Amino acid sequence: MSSVEAQRAARGAVGDVEKVQVRGLNFYYGQTRALKDVSLNLYQGRVTAFIGPSGCGKSTLLRVLNRMYDLYPGQRAEGEVLLDGENILAPNLDLNLLRSRVGMVFQKPTPFPMTIYDNIAFGIRLYEKIPKSEMDARVEQALSRAALWSEVKNKLNASGLSLSGGQQQRLCIARTVAISPEVILFDEPASALDPISTAKIEELIDELSGDYTIAIVTHNMQQAARVSQFTAFMYLGEMVEFDETNTVFTAPRDKRTQDYVTGRFG
Amino acid sequence: MTAASYAARKARNSIWTILAYAATALGLVMLGIILVTLVWNGLGGLSLDVFTKNTAPPGVVGGLLNSIVGSFIMTGIGLALGAPVGILAGTYLAEYGANSRLAPVVRFINDILLSAPSIVVGLFIYEILVAPVGHFSALAGAVSLAVLGAPIMVRTTEDMLNLVPNTLREAASALGMPRSLVIRHVAYRAVMSGLITGVLLAIARMTGETAPLIFTALGNSLFAVDPRGPMSALPLIIYEFARSPYAEQQKLAWTGALILTFAVLVLSILARVLSATARRQ
Amino acid sequence: MTATALQSSSPAQTAPVDRSRALGRLKLSDNAFRLLTFGAAILVLALLLGVLVSLFVGALPAFREFGVGFLFSDAWSPPREKFGAATAIYGTLVTSLIAMLIAVPIGLGIAVFLTELCWLPLRRPIGVAIELLAGIPSIIYGIWGVYYFRPVMQSYIQPFLINTLGNVPGIGFLFQGPPFGYGVLTAGLILALMILPFITAVSRDVFETVPPVLKEAAYGVGSTTFEVVGNIVIPYTRVGVIGGVMLALGRALGETMAVTFVIGNATKIQSSILAQGTTISAMIANQFADADPGLFTSSLLALGFILFVITFLVLAAARWMLAHMQLKA
Repeated sequence: MSSVEAQRAARGAVGDVEKVQVRGLNFYYGQTRALKDVSLNLYQGRVTAFIGPSGCGKSTLLRVLNRMYDLYPGQRAEGEVLLDGENILAPNLDLNLLRSRVGMVFQKPTPFPMTIYDNIAFGIRLYEKIPKSEMDARVEQALSRAALWSEVKNKLNASGLSLSGGQQQRLCIARTVAISPEVILFDEPASALDPISTAKIEELIDELSGDYTIAIVTHNMQQAARVSQFTAFMYLGEMVEFDETNTVFTAPRDKRTQDYVTGRFG
Repeated sequence: MTAASYAARKARNSIWTILAYAATALGLVMLGIILVTLVWNGLGGLSLDVFTKNTAPPGVVGGLLNSIVGSFIMTGIGLALGAPVGILAGTYLAEYGANSRLAPVVRFINDILLSAPSIVVGLFIYEILVAPVGHFSALAGAVSLAVLGAPIMVRTTEDMLNLVPNTLREAASALGMPRSLVIRHVAYRAVMSGLITGVLLAIARMTGETAPLIFTALGNSLFAVDPRGPMSALPLIIYEFARSPYAEQQKLAWTGALILTFAVLVLSILARVLSATARRQ
Repeated sequence: MTATALQSSSPAQTAPVDRSRALGRLKLSDNAFRLLTFGAAILVLALLLGVLVSLFVGALPAFREFGVGFLFSDAWSPPREKFGAATAIYGTLVTSLIAMLIAVPIGLGIAVFLTELCWLPLRRPIGVAIELLAGIPSIIYGIWGVYYFRPVMQSYIQPFLINTLGNVPGIGFLFQGPPFGYGVLTAGLILALMILPFITAVSRDVFETVPPVLKEAAYGVGSTTFEVVGNIVIPYTRVGVIGGVMLALGRALGETMAVTFVIGNATKIQSSILAQGTTISAMIANQFADADPGLFTSSLLALGFILFVITFLVLAAARWMLAHMQLKA
């Protein structure tokens, strides 16, 4: 067994295990209910796409999974979201620990105002005290994983902001994988990028799947069909349909799903 | 609309235009005159002695060394005291105080302090730091300067931190970073030049203040570096020498005024340049 | 795909226990930082309260001795221990009023010039120059005032006023008396010069918030420049301009160094504005150092307290207005 396969075996069988379970999730912005009784599963090592028209709640749902909404008073979630069986909506949960296990890549690339090296090392330093040689290796590892190493290996001391948009986004992905999360959430990661960078990001997501459980919000249906094994279609805050991607796109059960994937609205 | 009423409107517009031009000319000319006389009188007295000799009684060749040094010391201490308070309070307003009821009150109070009469601040510090101890001190002077400089830094820090996009904060939080580290290592770094701008503006303000020093630091004709005793400062010596009947002291007053104005202008310009850099990011 | 796979040299993930411990260690400093910022905010609050309380406590003996009459009495005799605030309050208000009457029209005029009339490439340099001038320490205005402005007042302006306006019935009483160059008017004019850059800068900032579409719409129907200013810009920014003016007033009221040199430091109120007078801050600046502890010092502190209360009210009103302008925009 190769080392990669050994690790996959160590993480557990891929595809059968429910890594994240959402049960009856309701979400409120103040008094407005934005998510209505949403339930779905994220399967270990698989990519799940959240699709739907603007305002359907797909980003809201994504941001519940790492409790990003907690930064903003007035936003609250009710229901159950289980990560490996543990409810992450519990009030006393260590949010920082949760976010070290559930990482997020945002729509707009947000490199920190530091060198490329420090962008990666920053997160690692939070949790581990390791000597420089080991840190160098970890930084190279993360950048390689994000398919960025060859492009930046000679300018690790350049500012993260000096990279192009597509490179910045891959830097953000490298930053996220550097702290070895179990789940990675992508919030429309390529919508701010040109088509070539978009293709690279999709390729990257495909490579990362298997080692990580991935959820991706996208308004691009072709992208969802390309990268995901499972798809959740949302409409006006409701989980309309959740199934294997093939099924959702070729034989959807709900008329609304049918209308959306055939482009009749959205 | 008749031709006559249109002509009337044009005439009115011309009159107002002339008035606006006149106002601008008057204002700029007057302010220009002040600057010209400042340079004219101050430059004449500028010499190496000014920076190497202490203030002296009339008849003795003197300089402004002790006053310049005193300004440095008191502004420095004032900054050391006021900058942490200013930056931290500004951080509270921008980062932690979003939903608290304390934040609007502090903002209001800070705005009042920003424009409060500096002589009143001097009186306050006199009451709590001079009268109880029984003697004047540069430390008391520095504290009064800190009270005047801190509100500037509170304002600038809050404004700058509010410019940091939330996505940047979220990106750091998404790695599991605790709030204080998000602020210190990401937010502060993102607007560092803006924060320094606030510090520079505060220094400019503190350097130029006279009134609060009158009954806190008092002034000192000797060279002094001990903050526990009275100390001279540029504005103080300008105030004293400008009222002196002796020509050589009056001359030094102008030179001191020139040096002071130059320092304040340099600081303000630096602050503007930095601020432009910060906003461009 | 396996070319970019993870090397197995490092563990897939540091154990949650280790991470938990690392985060736990950070919790203390995280809370400490938050408390520090909170403490700093409270300190700002405490400073204002401290100023109010300590001034009031120091002023209490004078208030108790003289009562409300303190505000209206123009007595000021240290040997006889009789003090009254009226001269100082009068001087503060009149010099500030004169300053406002001069500086506001000129400042608004310059602001209109900068936003509507000025040749475009010059706008930024002049604007920057005005803002830099606003930062010049007040003592510079003071020293210039006493050496250059006072003689001009004495030799030209005051005699001129005495000979012309001094004979006009109804207002003549304002322009009487021997021309010494010092006086309430001189101080007011220096004060006007000092707050002029500030008013200009604030007004210009406020004028620039007018959405261009509004002005373009007016120009589009044939309005002249000043019709646009009068019908669009001023009404739109009215609240902000008033707020800025009141902010300048707040500063003028508390100003010390610009006026001390030229106001003359008299202790009685006189009807002529060419006569000498005093302001609260000038009085404190001149007399505090030599004041005996007791009623003298207490009276000066009482003056300081009164000044602080007046400025507080003006600044609070200014802030309220500027905040309202934000809401509207």
